[in-house]
Amino acid sequence: MAARIFHTEGITKVYRTGEVEVQALRGVDVELFTGEFTVLLGASGSGKSTLLNILGGLDRASAGTAWFSDHELTAMSDRELTRFRRDHVGFVFQFYNLVPSLTARENVALVTEISRNPMPPEEALERVGLTHRIDHFPAEMSGGEQQRVAIARAIAKRPEVLLCDEPTGALDSKTGVQVLEALERINEDLGTTTVVITHNAAIRKMAHRVIFFADGNIASVETNAARIEPADIEW
Amino acid sequence: MRALDRKLLRDIRRLWAQSLAIALVLASGVMVMVMSFGAQRSLSETRDTYYERARFADVWSSAARAPMTLVPEIAAIEGVARVEARISEFAILDIDGLDSPAMGQLISIPAAGEPQMNRLILRAGRLPEPGHQNEVVVNEAFATAHGFTPGDGFAVTLNGQKRDVSITGIVLSPEFIYTIGPGSIMPDDQRFGILWMPEDVLAAAFNLSGAFNSVSLGVTRGTDVEEVKDRLETLLKPYGGTGPYDREQQTSNAFLDGELKQWDMMVRVLPPIFLVITTFLVNMVLGRLVALEREQIGLLKALGYSAWEIAWHYLKLAMGIGAIGIVIGWGFGYWASIGIAITYGQFFHFPYLVFLQYPAVYVLSALTGLAASLLGAIFAVRRVVGLSPAVAMSPPAPTRFRRGLLDRLIVFLKPRQPTMMILRSIGRWPLRAALTTLGISMSAAMIVSGLFMLDSFDELLDVAFVQVNRQDAILEFAIPRPETVLDDVENMPGVLLAEGGFATPARLYHGSHTRTIAIEGRRDGATLARVFDGDTREPVPPGDGIVLEARLAGHLDARPGDVIEVEFLQRDAQRHRVVLTGTVQTFFGLGAYMDQDRLAGLLGQVPQVTLANVMIDEGQTEALYKAVKDAPAISGITLMTQVRRSFDETMAESAWISVFIFSTVASLIAIGVVYNSARIQLSERARELASLRILGFTRGEVSYILLGELFLLVAAAIPLGLWLGYGMAAGMVASFDSDLYSIPLLITRKTYMRAALVVAGASLASALLVRRRIDRMDLVSVMKTRE
Repeated sequence: MAARIFHTEGITKVYRTGEVEVQALRGVDVELFTGEFTVLLGASGSGKSTLLNILGGLDRASAGTAWFSDHELTAMSDRELTRFRRDHVGFVFQFYNLVPSLTARENVALVTEISRNPMPPEEALERVGLTHRIDHFPAEMSGGEQQRVAIARAIAKRPEVLLCDEPTGALDSKTGVQVLEALERINEDLGTTTVVITHNAAIRKMAHRVIFFADGNIASVETNAARIEPADIEW
Repeated sequence: MRALDRKLLRDIRRLWAQSLAIALVLASGVMVMVMSFGAQRSLSETRDTYYERARFADVWSSAARAPMTLVPEIAAIEGVARVEARISEFAILDIDGLDSPAMGQLISIPAAGEPQMNRLILRAGRLPEPGHQNEVVVNEAFATAHGFTPGDGFAVTLNGQKRDVSITGIVLSPEFIYTIGPGSIMPDDQRFGILWMPEDVLAAAFNLSGAFNSVSLGVTRGTDVEEVKDRLETLLKPYGGTGPYDREQQTSNAFLDGELKQWDMMVRVLPPIFLVITTFLVNMVLGRLVALEREQIGLLKALGYSAWEIAWHYLKLAMGIGAIGIVIGWGFGYWASIGIAITYGQFFHFPYLVFLQYPAVYVLSALTGLAASLLGAIFAVRRVVGLSPAVAMSPPAPTRFRRGLLDRLIVFLKPRQPTMMILRSIGRWPLRAALTTLGISMSAAMIVSGLFMLDSFDELLDVAFVQVNRQDAILEFAIPRPETVLDDVENMPGVLLAEGGFATPARLYHGSHTRTIAIEGRRDGATLARVFDGDTREPVPPGDGIVLEARLAGHLDARPGDVIEVEFLQRDAQRHRVVLTGTVQTFFGLGAYMDQDRLAGLLGQVPQVTLANVMIDEGQTEALYKAVKDAPAISGITLMTQVRRSFDETMAESAWISVFIFSTVASLIAIGVVYNSARIQLSERARELASLRILGFTRGEVSYILLGELFLLVAAAIPLGLWLGYGMAAGMVASFDSDLYSIPLLITRKTYMRAALVVAGASLASALLVRRRIDRMDLVSVMKTRE
């Protein structure tokens, strides 16, 4: 059995907006393992994004503890969380969040310049199949291409984990498949622990494990005996 | 209230910091308008009414001694409406409680009672009665400086005879709105007073019975004053006329003119700068707001709002910001104008100067202020309200960056990516970067142009009082004396050295140019009053020729080596040819200098002196003062140490006020531009910056990307601003140039440093305010919103 990379104990998260309190997470206990490809599935507002943000050091829990290996994330200062994101985590979002004034290569270089052991930007872009678009600005690329640049940017620093929040949410099936293929190849080739949030149930079949979310807690966990290729996913 | 108006109020509240930053820039413009325009109008209108009511003369002249029988001839000159012949002399005053002697200008009051021109306004008491030997009225400033009331008295040396006089009244005169003694550059009301005495008394004292030595003329409207002056000069020539002058050269009026010119300059130059920057800022902020609300605009259009209704909504926002600025500007303008009224009360002696508040100025400033903000809004709103609802509701296309020439250069430099982002952003919006730079540089320019005056006055003081005029005092003689009188002066207690000075009125001709001035006779090697070349600071000996003040040479269009023709006003009409040996720089007056013997030779007389420059032993000043008060031959004294001190005090006071005002106003510009630019950059790039934070960039690194661009622009703006400031200062120096004085153009490193520091400091402060927002940025929510 692979080593635990993330685990949480009784994580809760309460958002206060004005006088309304929203309980986003209600005492979540979860374990994620090194090299695993995990899909978090659930309806909007079920708490999956909140969990991902806490694991990635973007947000803080209201109660409970979260661990990255043997570092307690919930005890880290702001500065330490920035350090943690910089060294260990890659993010991919639904909207690609590329810097419009930088080309594909330069967007990746943005990260490699501040990392300790990065791969060359060219290699990262090759891994997502974008060598031919390397000197294009975001405005000159399709949505799928932009998302793959975002993935290349996320993996270029060789992170231990890659956290993806709805990476195909804004894409059609054809480009969506290309993005998923890129994610799978990176998981295979580099052994990067990959967590993908989606509300597209079909995607769950390519994961090692699927965690189902409902009402701020884990409803069930399912392990796939046989995984299928992204190309075979029925969109 | 309509929903859209509610949105308007909330928008202003939400954008309060940015709105205020803009409003304060506009407020500065409105303030300057209200203040300068008000000051200018008040001063000129009060002056004009005063001149009109007091029948201020149009032409004056002095003479040595002219018979009263000449008066009808003068009155017969075409265009002359009124003539008043009088006696005007200088005298030493001995006042209880004042150690040093004071100087008085004595002016006669006609036997018939009131003068018909340059009428006196009685503030207290009564006019002296004819035949009353010891009655005198004095100017109000002099009385105030000594606490005199009618009934008080002091001693006057009238033509060598010291006598006690009693004050019967205190008056104001249109000839002495600004009272300045001969040889002085600042009013000193303690040591210089104007005394009016009955004509018969002065005539007896100065042996001028049946004669006059001063005349003033009133001309009818539309008369050619030059013609009148020419005729008057011809008539007075046989009687030692010193050359007529008109209002332009009348000292008090000329100083008022100078003051008016300064306000005129202020009102022309400053408000437009503030208004243009306001337009730019409103355009920038509203442009961003409209971009952010693009989808809402599309929605409103889909709901059936017309393009005009939507545009009007945003224009109202701009007008709201404008209104805030106008009200603040009015408030400060009103407050500043009261300050000016108080200052004017000290320097200018009007019978009824009230600082008038002109409603028209307030209306005008409000209209231009609103127009400035509306203009900015129109440019910002124009494009978006024209979009079709469907296009407006879909997000705008991502900003396109292209590989231009500039980009190739940026890539060639291989900067790190954050620096690349900064450079590309400037390259992508060059106009915005340029306007931002220009806006910030205006702030630096304004400080330089406001503060260079301190440097220039320092230089002026140094040249005028340290290098040129090194005497401790100037003693004036009632009538020209042979040079041997200097031995007597040196024998007075405390006098270490005495050097003579002589001046005679003359007209200079060169080509078609002509000027009436006084030529001073000098002896080579004189050390107490010197004249220097403007550049080398070397003395310029006149030799056999003549040396002119550089501005005078400019007026005559004469260069060294040219032949100048000299006509002595108190002699015949003969023109003597002398060579211009060189030019000197004195900043005060239009001087002309010749060798004492050469001048005496041309005049056909033995060398004489009209004044003595003296160096005093400080330990014996009191003894000297006492001797001067009793010396019959001395009609005037100017204490240079006093002149220096009052100049210093006045300058120091107003210097700090201007340092404060200019720094504040300029800071407001810098803050307005930098803060708004940073806020807009933050708004435009929030997503980009948040994703960088998620990628692991620290706050400092992210701030660098956002603020780096601004710091780069500030760094470019400061030198540009200093250069523009130099230009503005040069323009001001040129506009202040008059026959009375000129100001050197000198800007020290300290002033440049100060301007740079104020701009850098204000920029840094605004940047830090925005930096706090970066620190508090909520990464998750920023990422979730779609651009």
